[in-house]
Amino acid sequence: MKLVIKTTAKPKGTRANKTGTWRSFMPVFDHKLCSKCGICAMYCPEGIIFKLENGYFEPDYDYCKGCGICANECPKKAILMVLEGK
Amino acid sequence: MSLLAPGHRGCAGCCDALAGKFVLDAVGKDCIVVSPTGCLEVFTTPYPESAWGVPWIHSLFENAAAVASGVEAAYKALGKKNKTKIIVIGGDGATLDIGLQAISGAFERGHDLTYICVDNEAYMNTGVQRSGATPLFASTTTSPAGKVSFGNPQHKKNMPAIIAAHGSPYVATASISYAPDLIKKVKKATETKGPTYVHVHAPCCTGWKFEGSKTIEVGRLAVETAMWPLYEMENGEVTGVRKLKKRKPVEEYLKVQGRYKHLFTAEGGTEEIKKIQAIADWNVKHFGLE
Amino acid sequence: MVVVEGSYAVAHSVKMCKPNVISAYPITPQTHIVEDLSQFVADGEMSCEYMNVESEFSAISALIGASAAGARTYSSTTSQGLALMHEALFNASGMRLPVVMTVVNRALSAPINIWNDQQDSISQRDTGWIQLYAEDVQESADMTPQLYKIAEDEEVLLPAMSCMDGFILSHVYEPVILLEQSLTDEFLPPFSPEFVLDPENPMSFGAFADPSTYTEFRYKQEKAMEAALLKIEEVANEFNEVYGRYYGGLIDSYLLDDAEIVIMAMGSVIGTIKDTIDMLRKEGESIGLLKIRSFRPFPVEAIRTALKNAKVVITLDKNISIGKNEGALCTEVKACLYNTNLRVPVIGFMLGHGGRDIPISTIVKIINKAKLVEKGIFVESEFADLREELI
Repeated sequence: MKLVIKTTAKPKGTRANKTGTWRSFMPVFDHKLCSKCGICAMYCPEGIIFKLENGYFEPDYDYCKGCGICANECPKKAILMVLEGK
Repeated sequence: MSLLAPGHRGCAGCCDALAGKFVLDAVGKDCIVVSPTGCLEVFTTPYPESAWGVPWIHSLFENAAAVASGVEAAYKALGKKNKTKIIVIGGDGATLDIGLQAISGAFERGHDLTYICVDNEAYMNTGVQRSGATPLFASTTTSPAGKVSFGNPQHKKNMPAIIAAHGSPYVATASISYAPDLIKKVKKATETKGPTYVHVHAPCCTGWKFEGSKTIEVGRLAVETAMWPLYEMENGEVTGVRKLKKRKPVEEYLKVQGRYKHLFTAEGGTEEIKKIQAIADWNVKHFGLE
Repeated sequence: MVVVEGSYAVAHSVKMCKPNVISAYPITPQTHIVEDLSQFVADGEMSCEYMNVESEFSAISALIGASAAGARTYSSTTSQGLALMHEALFNASGMRLPVVMTVVNRALSAPINIWNDQQDSISQRDTGWIQLYAEDVQESADMTPQLYKIAEDEEVLLPAMSCMDGFILSHVYEPVILLEQSLTDEFLPPFSPEFVLDPENPMSFGAFADPSTYTEFRYKQEKAMEAALLKIEEVANEFNEVYGRYYGGLIDSYLLDDAEIVIMAMGSVIGTIKDTIDMLRKEGESIGLLKIRSFRPFPVEAIRTALKNAKVVITLDKNISIGKNEGALCTEVKACLYNTNLRVPVIGFMLGHGGRDIPISTIVKIINKAKLVEKGIFVESEFADLREELI
C-alpha cells in the first residue's frame, strides 16, 4: 500500500473490515412472522439488512454487529437474537 | 445500498451511524459532506479506509462550518454549483460548543449549505464528557453524579433558537427514531436556498448507558415525553409541530438510561425529577405539543 | 514604473494570479491589502469569491475547504491573526493544500504592539508551510506568483507564506513595476489538482491515521519540502526569464565572496545592511551579506557553501526564543554548520522587536562587537538595541 496524498483510499473502503466478527448475538429472521414492513432495514445502523426477491428481509452477517435494534423494533417480533456459536 | 458503507467502527447500535445513513438517504449522491472531529469522523475514516460513498472532508474540530462555506464559495467561483448540496454533519460538541463561532459566521454570510447537528448530548468520542448540549442532571464523566451532586447542573443550550436568530430560512429538530420525518426535513433543508439547520436528537447507548438494541426506543421516549420536541421553523417562525397524542411522564424516558440512575436511587432525586418534568412541560406549552 | 503603497503592489499581484476564493479578516498592518482586494472585487476587476469571515481561524479554514474543492486560494494576515490560525496551519499543510498567504510581519502580544518584527511567522516555523521573506516592495509583489507556482507544483503541494515586514514594506510608497496580466498568465499555469471534492469521484479528505501510517505522512511532507528546495530556485529563474527580475532563490548575497565577516538576515533589514556594507567597505572592512530568502525549507547546503570562506558569521533576528536567549535564524545557522568542518563562530543579535528602528549605527555597533571575537571576546547571542536606561 502506498500513501495517497490528501485522500483516503477509494470510497466505501471500510467494506474490507468485516465487523460481523464483533457479534455476540445474531439476529435470526422468521419469515413466517414477518410482515415485510422493512422497519428492521430502516433502523439498521450498518445499513446491511436487505430486501430479498420474495419481499422478506435478511442481514449481511459479514457486517452485522449484533446490536439487536432490528429485533427490538420489529413490530411482529419476527427477529430473534440468538447467542453466537450455539 | 447505503451511501455510508458498512465495516465502519461505530459501536453496535450506534446513533451517529444511523443519522449519517439517514442524511445520505435524504440527500443522495450529489453532495459534499464536511465532518468536524468526532465519533462519526473517526469511526468512518481510519486511513486507508473510508465508509463514505460521497465526497467527504474532515479538517478540524471547530471549523466545519467555515470549511463548508469555503467549499461552497469554491464551487460557486469554479462554476460548479448547480445541484451539488454542501452538508455538514457534526456532533453536539462541535456545534454547540467549540464550533459555534464558525457556524455563526457561515450563517450570517448566508452560504447555501445545510448544517446537521447529530446531538448525543456529550463528548462521546473522548469518553462521555459534558457538552453544552448535555441536559440537566445527566451524569457524565466531567459532570458526574456524586455525594453532593445530581450531575450536570446546567440546562441544554437552545441551539435551534440561536440558528433561527441568524435569520436562517429553515431550522428543524428531528430524531433518529423518526426516520421518515428526519429524512423529509433534511430534504427540505437542502432544497431550501441559504444556510439551513437540522438538529437531530441521537441517543448514544455507550454514553447514556443503555443496551444498544434500545437506541431507537430511547429516542422515541424522548419525543413521547416532550423532552425532545419535533418542530420546524421557517424564517424564525415555528411552522410545524409534531403533536403528542398521549404524553408520557419524563420518568419513563429517564429510568431506562444509566446516566439518570442517581435520580432514582439518591435521596432527593424525586424533587430533581420534577425540575426535569418542568422542562418537558415548558416544551409542551411553548411549542403547543398537545 | 509607478509609485504605489506596498500593500497595493501585493494586492495587485494577487489579482494577476486570479485566485478563485479569497478569505480574510482585517488586522493591522494587513488591512490595506484586503481593502485593495475588496475594491478590485467591488469594481468587477476580479472574478472571485471574496469571503468576509468572522475570524482568522475561519479565514484559513474556509480556504482549506475551498482548496480541497479545487480553488486557487488566498489570504493575508499578521501577528495575532496568524497565531489564531496556528492549529489550522498544520491542517492545511498536512492535507497538502497549496494555500498562499501574505504574512505582514508584526510583533505578538503582550504587551500589545502593532509594529514590525518577525516573531509571528517564525513562531509558525514547524507548521509545514513554505516561508519566503521579502526584502522590498517589488520582491513582495513578485513573490506571490512565484509562491503559487511553487506551492501548486505536484511534487510540492504545500501551503506557502509570503512574509513582508509590517509598515516598513506594507505601508511604504515606493516605485514599483506592477505585474502584467499577460506575463503572469504566461508564467503561472492554472491550478489543476489531481484530487478534488467531486461527487463524480467521491474521495475522502482528512482521514485519521493511526501509528501504522502517521509517520509516513510526515515523511512525505518533509520530502515535499525537499522538492520545494529545488522548485524555489527553479521558479526564481523562470520568473527572471519572463519578467527580468531576480532576488535570489533560496538565498541571495551581496559582496559575499571575499568577505571575512558575513551578516545573515531576512526581510527589509537587508537594505540597511547593504548600505552599511557599502559604507564599511569604503573604510576597507571585509564584510558581505548572506540574505535568507527561504526560511522553510531551510537551505542548509546553500548556506554551508556560502559560508565556506567566512571568518565570523553574524545573524540578525527580529524574534526571540524566550528561554534560549537566541533568535531562530541564529539557532538554525549554528545547527546547520555543526556537522561540517567549518568552525566559524556564529554570533546572534536580536533586534528590531516591536517595530524598534534598525539604523545603520546599530548594524555598525553589531559588527564592532562581533569583531571582538578575533581578540578572544566571544558573545554567544544578545539583544543588540536594548535601552539600558529602562532596565
